[in-house]
Amino acid sequence: MKKILILGAGTGGTMMANHLKKALNPKQWEISIVDENQTHYYQPGYLFLPFDIYQPEDIIKPIKEFIPEGVDLLHRKIDKIVAAENYVQFSDGGRIDYDILIVATGAKIAPEEVEGMKGAEWRNSIFDFYTFDGALALRDKLKEWRGGKLLVHITEMPIKCPVAPLEFAFLADSFFKHKKMRAQVDITFVTPLSGAFTKPKATEALGYLLQEKNIHIVEDFAIEKVDNENKKIIDYGDREISFDLLVTVPTNKGDELIARSEMGDELNFVPTNKTTLQSNAYKNVFVIGDASNIAVSKAGSVAHFEAEILTENILHYIHDEPLKSEFDGHTNCFIETGDGKALLIDFNYTHEPVEGTFPFPGVGPMQLLKESRMNHFGKLAFRWVYWNMLLPGKHIPFVPTEMNEAGKHFD
Amino acid sequence: MEKMISGKQVSVNEEGFLTDFSQWNKDIANEIAKEENIQLTERHWEVINYLQEQHRKEIPMSIRKIRNSGVVDIKEFYQLFPQGPLKTASKIAGIPKPVSCI
Ligand SMILES: Cc1cc2nc3c(=O)[nH]c(=O)nc-3n(C[C@H](O)[C@H](O)[C@H](O)COP(=O)(O)OP(=O)(O)OC[C@H]3O[C@@H](n4cnc5c(N)ncnc54)[C@H](O)[C@@H]3O)c2cc1C
Repeated sequence: MKKILILGAGTGGTMMANHLKKALNPKQWEISIVDENQTHYYQPGYLFLPFDIYQPEDIIKPIKEFIPEGVDLLHRKIDKIVAAENYVQFSDGGRIDYDILIVATGAKIAPEEVEGMKGAEWRNSIFDFYTFDGALALRDKLKEWRGGKLLVHITEMPIKCPVAPLEFAFLADSFFKHKKMRAQVDITFVTPLSGAFTKPKATEALGYLLQEKNIHIVEDFAIEKVDNENKKIIDYGDREISFDLLVTVPTNKGDELIARSEMGDELNFVPTNKTTLQSNAYKNVFVIGDASNIAVSKAGSVAHFEAEILTENILHYIHDEPLKSEFDGHTNCFIETGDGKALLIDFNYTHEPVEGTFPFPGVGPMQLLKESRMNHFGKLAFRWVYWNMLLPGKHIPFVPTEMNEAGKHFD
Repeated sequence: MEKMISGKQVSVNEEGFLTDFSQWNKDIANEIAKEENIQLTERHWEVINYLQEQHRKEIPMSIRKIRNSGVVDIKEFYQLFPQGPLKTASKIAGIPKPVSCI
């Protein structure tokens, strides 16, 4: 029997377990998947928890519900990968050998990367919404908050779902409007990039949003430290911004196990071939989702498209064939803009997000790069699609793995 | 769009970033730097060379990468290229500014 081992039973790992169960001969291959958690968190739901739009129970389910029969689910913490000898060491001392390894251990926040971020004000006036606990703590804070200066802040790139902070700012605007206290809240979006939107078409189509919602923006802000006493964030150029409430997206890093395995870059992301998804260092190690260093958005939709490609490439690898299936960087995501509307974007390595219709060229019903109610329902439906289609590894009808150029308004 | 920079016709985007790295040369860098009120010194060139090296390897740039580069620390990086140093240095180096997905 040969062994294929999947590390992490989050979005990417779960999808791979389902794909491989169908694709591999059970007489030849034993499939195992490991996770330290027993709960699967629907992370896109973290955006909605602080505003009481979703309840905690809406976004958690047991991991084992999604792992198919015949796949061995291990509830263990991974200490490290010993790739040169093809085995994985668990924190409690056990180990497991593999012929093929799939790394799907995701990314997590590391607020300790910035001086003072995890200081006295952490979870008093400084919050994150990239963790389950953080999003709930922020929900409780927003319930009692009387207003003042709200900063929505990105520490550094890359982060999971890069548009989530902007969505947070839009939803905050809507939330405070409904609470009839928008006039008491000053919302400022602080980014290390040179704008809220950085691509030409998106800037052109969406620049109005910030103005319309009266959200201020501070660009090119590379945070150096947080001054807890005076409630200020300070950047390397000595710019200071004061806050009453700081909602930050801390540095995102791969799990420490990657560092212990000496397989990561300076943020513990695994150097990976961007088209084949094979690790650069070891031929029998593949990487899916947020754990890799490839220059795509760290998003569940990306992991979904990657899973289809990776399954084919693992079959190629097993049959000693060239890894000819190529990931094109396809990304598709809904962006909440508040007031019951959303945007939809669809792009890949070579094409920036543009206007058009989706998924049927010229028909829609979704509009690309334009606000609409239909897109908002798409965003809400994504949760159903996630549990019922993405995790089980089903192909989403009409949404091809490779990006469709038809129906899009390229120049 | 097309622009004349130090006597050479080059393709640039709306913000004046070169869209074709192969058209870059040192004279162009000097001219863009002048527009940004920067007089390029030996130290500037070390940073520019580093950025271009990373660009050729398709490694996206960040403040953290600069910090770990061993080429320059962040305080000095801000002194060399005041206000949005990564953006300004990228522009002079003829490479795209760091972007997000939209
Ligand atoms: C606020 C927010 C909003 C988002 N919105 C969207 C959206 O609208 N659309 C979208 O497509 N995506 C969105 N995402 C991104 C999406 O959730 C992630 O990209 C996706 O979950 C990545 O899947 P993954 O398998 O790579 O990692 P994960 O799903 O995070 O799974 C990693 C797993 O590995 C396990 N693990 C890690 N280290 C160890 C260890 N040492 N031992 C044992 N187990 C370990 C973890 O317990 C976890 O279960 C959002 C993310 C956030 C945070």
